[in-house]
Order: sequence, then structure tokens, then C-alpha cells
Amino acid sequence: MIKKRAMILVSNDPESVRLGANEIIQHLNEALVTYGLQDEVDISTISDINHSNILPLVVVYPEAVVYGPVKAADVRYLVEEHLYKGRVVTDLLAPPKMLTGQIGWLRGHKGYNPAEHRIVLERAGRIDPENIEEYITSNGYDALGKVLSEMTPEGVIDIVERSGLQGRGGAGFPTGRKWKFVRAAQSSKKYIVCNADESEPGTFKDRIVLEGDPHVIIEAMAIAAYALGADEGYIYIRGEYGLAFRRLEKAILQAREFGFLGNNIFGTNFNFDIHIHAGAGAYVCGEETALLESLEGKRGEPRSRPPYPVTKGLWNKPTSVNNVETLANIPAIIRNGAEWYRSIGTPSSPGTKVYTIMGNVNFSGVIEVPMGVTLREVINIYARGMKPGSTLKLAQTGGSSGSIIPAVLQDTPMDFESFRKAGVSLGSGALLICDQNTCIVDLVKVLLQFFRFESCGKCTPCRVGTQRSYEIVDRISKGQGRLEELDTLLLLAGEMERASNCGLGQTATVPIRDMLKHFRTEVEAHIRSGNCPTGVCEMTQEFEKI
Amino acid sequence: MTAPTIDHDVVSVVHAAIEKHGRNRDAMIPVLSEINRVFGYVPREAIREVCKQLHDPARQVHIAESQLFALTSFYDMLSTKPRGRHVIKFCENAPCHIVGGKAVWDGLKEKLNLENGETTPDNKWTLVTTSCLGLCSVGPVLLIDDDMYGNVTPEQISEILERYE
Repeated sequence: MIKKRAMILVSNDPESVRLGANEIIQHLNEALVTYGLQDEVDISTISDINHSNILPLVVVYPEAVVYGPVKAADVRYLVEEHLYKGRVVTDLLAPPKMLTGQIGWLRGHKGYNPAEHRIVLERAGRIDPENIEEYITSNGYDALGKVLSEMTPEGVIDIVERSGLQGRGGAGFPTGRKWKFVRAAQSSKKYIVCNADESEPGTFKDRIVLEGDPHVIIEAMAIAAYALGADEGYIYIRGEYGLAFRRLEKAILQAREFGFLGNNIFGTNFNFDIHIHAGAGAYVCGEETALLESLEGKRGEPRSRPPYPVTKGLWNKPTSVNNVETLANIPAIIRNGAEWYRSIGTPSSPGTKVYTIMGNVNFSGVIEVPMGVTLREVINIYARGMKPGSTLKLAQTGGSSGSIIPAVLQDTPMDFESFRKAGVSLGSGALLICDQNTCIVDLVKVLLQFFRFESCGKCTPCRVGTQRSYEIVDRISKGQGRLEELDTLLLLAGEMERASNCGLGQTATVPIRDMLKHFRTEVEAHIRSGNCPTGVCEMTQEFEKI
Repeated sequence: MTAPTIDHDVVSVVHAAIEKHGRNRDAMIPVLSEINRVFGYVPREAIREVCKQLHDPARQVHIAESQLFALTSFYDMLSTKPRGRHVIKFCENAPCHIVGGKAVWDGLKEKLNLENGETTPDNKWTLVTTSCLGLCSVGPVLLIDDDMYGNVTPEQISEILERYE
């Protein structure tokens, strides 16, 4: 395979399309063929630009040169000069002062390493996580000082609410609103709980934060506690994360020593301390009410809701449960303001998202980029393309709240609203990129095996539903499935979604639905002709015509 | 991580765990984790001993054996049954599966002649699958006791296993 040396992004928001973005893409394709560059250059799209005066935009990577407005007639000249001869076309450059927001940082970050926008991972990997002084000298605990000396609790909640921050654990609930509920609840005792039970398969973003920058969580929890009126916090961390646990433990001791935890923090009458609690291996404990049960020393079985934790949470007291990545945004929002945060990402989903990339791509690891980046951009820019010989078949967004995204949807901007419209879910931000050798039946079987193993067993629809669904898909993978069982799968899915007690059972059906929605022919091939088109499934039974 | 039961006195292990983590209900998972760390599993005698040591009519604390057993059977990192000296945990989730996990799993089963959850007759190895360990960028991943191995190929299995006594 020829390595791609450049990538062109064309803006395709509605305004750009009206001004001819599609013609530009068409002309680009033609011009690349004319100059024999079609194998060296990728074309992708970028949306939600909000720069109406310079649309449509054309961005050329890796130099991060931004052209705009570009007309279809300019395209051939642009390809010849920039991509063929390697000269920047100065006449077509977008005026630098117009470049703000998302496009501004794209332009500001050129070079071999693709542009990231790091808020959550700002310090991870740059400071010594076991040294509080390094955290302090990189703006650490500034936000807590500001909150305690200048702001009211309502003011803190107001900033968080205006920032538009949504929970990064998978559900995307507005953080400010959650805090408002807890603030409003009548109780002399309240809790802030950090959900660090990161167990969605393919997700390790929280681990990177906890291991690389533990103090940011302590600072964020203290700010949250002040806003909520809480004086005690818990970090529930999964038992498998030993290093993160030890670093958090150390960070808490240091923070106490420096007076950021304990009584009269910053000389005010605000008191707050944090306990850390390790789980013992149960995926379902990432569900907030199961997490609270586990914190109380019980089996991690989700509670019935209502009442919600915001009114009756830990030991029946009002509790805010927030994900690690969500909390890690808080100090930066306090320092820089809600408007700054809103300038990043898309209008409906402000801020950045941390993704973990893995699968059949050249680079796997963790990236943080503004909301609204597309899957194609992630694969081509950040993951440095598919592995040699691989073409994209689908991406799986990880764990129970994720979706299976077929290649045709790879240009959907990844933000909460666009994904909701497209009927897919962002999940926890894991991106498992699968190539043509992936069998959908085999993949869904693995996902269902996970759910049937991790179902806590408290409610019947989930306990039995995950088991029966697995059995059916397992039979299909062995060439023993029957067509009518596909209807049974959908029937089961409907019941599980309606009747399961918590998110695990309600979303364990997503892989089944996505499989039948996007890859039904491949599934039917297993049944009708006893043949796995990718050759992954081992057919154990001699095929007989139904 | 694991050691034969006879080396440790159940009473003192339980006492130390309770001293470290407390006597309240919310300390029970850490207490059981501590016991599991010492014995490699949670023996029934240890559960009985925890109840005995926590029994305190004055504070109205009553923790039943069944409650502790319920915790032990629920959480994946706690084991109700004795395990081998070394426990191999293999990640069976999609990210590791997609990048060649199945071949490694088949290789492990063949090499050790074990199925999921079984222990070798010499009590050296226990082989289990686990859910995601959060090390997905280096899949396929396996964990032996507390040692992590990433980017594992079937060819490496023998060499990795030889490192353990």
C-alpha cells in the first residue's frame, strides 16, 4: 500500500454545501487523478466550522494550511501548486484573523503529529504525577483558589452549566444540571463521587488521566464539593487499576499536606476530604447506582430509579456521581470561563473528547480532539490510516453504550447530537477500527459474551436476555442458525430495552440491532448458505438446506 | 500474589485486614480483597472468621456469612475456589479479539491443557478469561498474577510461561 502523504479537508456544513463544497470535492478528485496523486492524498470533510465569510474551506494536511473561500474553479490550480509542486497558494489563503475556534487550532498545530486539543490530558505525560509541586506550577489548584476566594457555589454551577459540559461517561447528561439538582436537594450531608470504574471494553482514557494527572481529579472534586455543599468525596476506582490507585493515594496525602484537602481550605471555612475505594472486578459497577451499592459494601446491583442519586445517593444522601474525564474538564473551565469552553467543539457539544483508538490501524492509543471530528478524520489523521492491506469495514465505539458504525457513516461528526441524529452512540469514546477481515457475527458474539458474563443477574430481562441472545448468535456463528431466530433476537432486544433495570440490559441490544441494520446480508449468509463470508467463523455443522 | 494456605494463619490474616480497612459494612470488599490476596481465594474459614471477629452486639453490627459469600461470588477479582500458584487472566473482549486474541487464547489452552476456569493438577496454573483490563492499545493482553503482557503472539506463550516457577 502506498503511504498517504497528505490529506485534504473540505468543509461540508450546510452553508459550505450551498456555496459549492460538493463541486470542490468532485474537482479535487478529478485534479488528483490528473496529477497522478490519487493514491497519495486523501480527501475528507470537516463540518461545524462557523466561519461564514470564508466558506467553503479547504485545509491541507500535514502543513495545516487553510484556504478559503475556495471556488470550484480554483481547485485544479490549488492541487497543481500545493500538492504537485509543493508551494502554498498565497492568493487563496484564508485571512489569519478569521481563523478562530476549531479551524484556528487546526492551523496552529502543524507538523508530523496531528493536531490535538488537550484539556483533559493537558498535563498527562508532561508532569511528574507523583509530585504535587509540578501540578501547582502548571496552574494546578488555581481554579480551586479562585472558586473559594471569588465565587459563590451558585456561580460555580452557573459557569459549568453555561459551558455546556456534558458527562463523558457515555450518557452525556449535562453536568451543570446534575450539580444544580444536588445543590437544590435538602440535606445536611451530601457527597461527590468520582466514577473511576472504567470498564468499557476498549476504554482507557480515565486511566491515562488518573495515572498521569491525579491532582486534577482532586481539585475538580473539591470544586464540585464546594458547589454542591458537600464535605466528603469518594473515588471509586476499578480494582484492576493498581498504579492509578497508588498514585491517587499519594496525591491525596500530598494534597492534605499542602492544605488543599482537610479543614479550612485556602483559609476559608470550606472543609473537604476524599476517600478512595477500589472495586473488585465488576463491569456493572460503572453504573452509578451499582457503584453506590458497591461503595456501601454490597453486591454491585443497580438500584431501581427513581429516586435518583441526586436526591438519594450514597447512604441515601444527595450525591453527584461524575466520570473522571468530566471532572478533569472542570478546573480548566473555571480558569478560562464558559465562553472559552464553548468556543471548542460544536455548538451542541462543546469541548473536547478523549478517544482511545485501536484495531486494524497504524497507530493505536489515546487522543484528545474537539467534539465534532469525524471518524474518517480520526482514522486518516490520528490513527495514520488503516494497516497495509486493510480497508475500513466498521468501527465499534466500545462497551455497552456504544454502537457499531459501518464505513458509510464515517463522515458523521462525532458529537452527541449528530450521533443521536444518525442513530449511533458515542459511548465512552473507544474506537475499535475493524477491517474487511472482521466477521460481524463473530464480533457481536464476543460483545454478547461480555454482556452475558457481566450482567449482574438482578433482573430477569437482562440476565436471561443476554444469555439467550448469545446462544442464538453462537449458533449462527456455527452455521446452525435459523432465519426466524433473527426475529427472535429482535423480539428479545425489544423486551430487554423495555424491561431491564439499568443501562447494561437496555443497551446490550445495540450490537444486535446494529448487526441486523447494517450487515443483515452477512448474517443471513451464515444461515442460508452455512458460509462465513470472511472465513472467521468455524462452521461446525454440515449445511442442510432449510 | 498467591501462596499456599498453610503458610498463613486465618485468624491473624483476618485480624490484620479488619485493622487496616475497618469494621463497617463498607469495608467488607477491601477486607475480602485483602484475604484473597493472601490466600489466592477467599476460604470459607476466613469468611467465618470475619463474622466472628466483627460480631459486636453493642454496636449492633451483624454481618452474616451469606452476605460475605454473596460478595465473594459477585466480584470477579475474588475467588470462592482455590486457585493455582499463578493465575493467568486473558482478556476476551472485542479490542483484543480483533487483533488476534483468539489465536493466543487457543495457544494458551493447548499449552496448559486447560479450559477456562481450570487449574493444572500440579496447582501451578489457573487459566481464566477476564473482561477488559484497559490496556487495549497493546492487545492481545494477558495478565499473570500482577504482570502485564501486551502485543502477545501465540509464539511467545512458551517463553512467557517459562518465567514462572
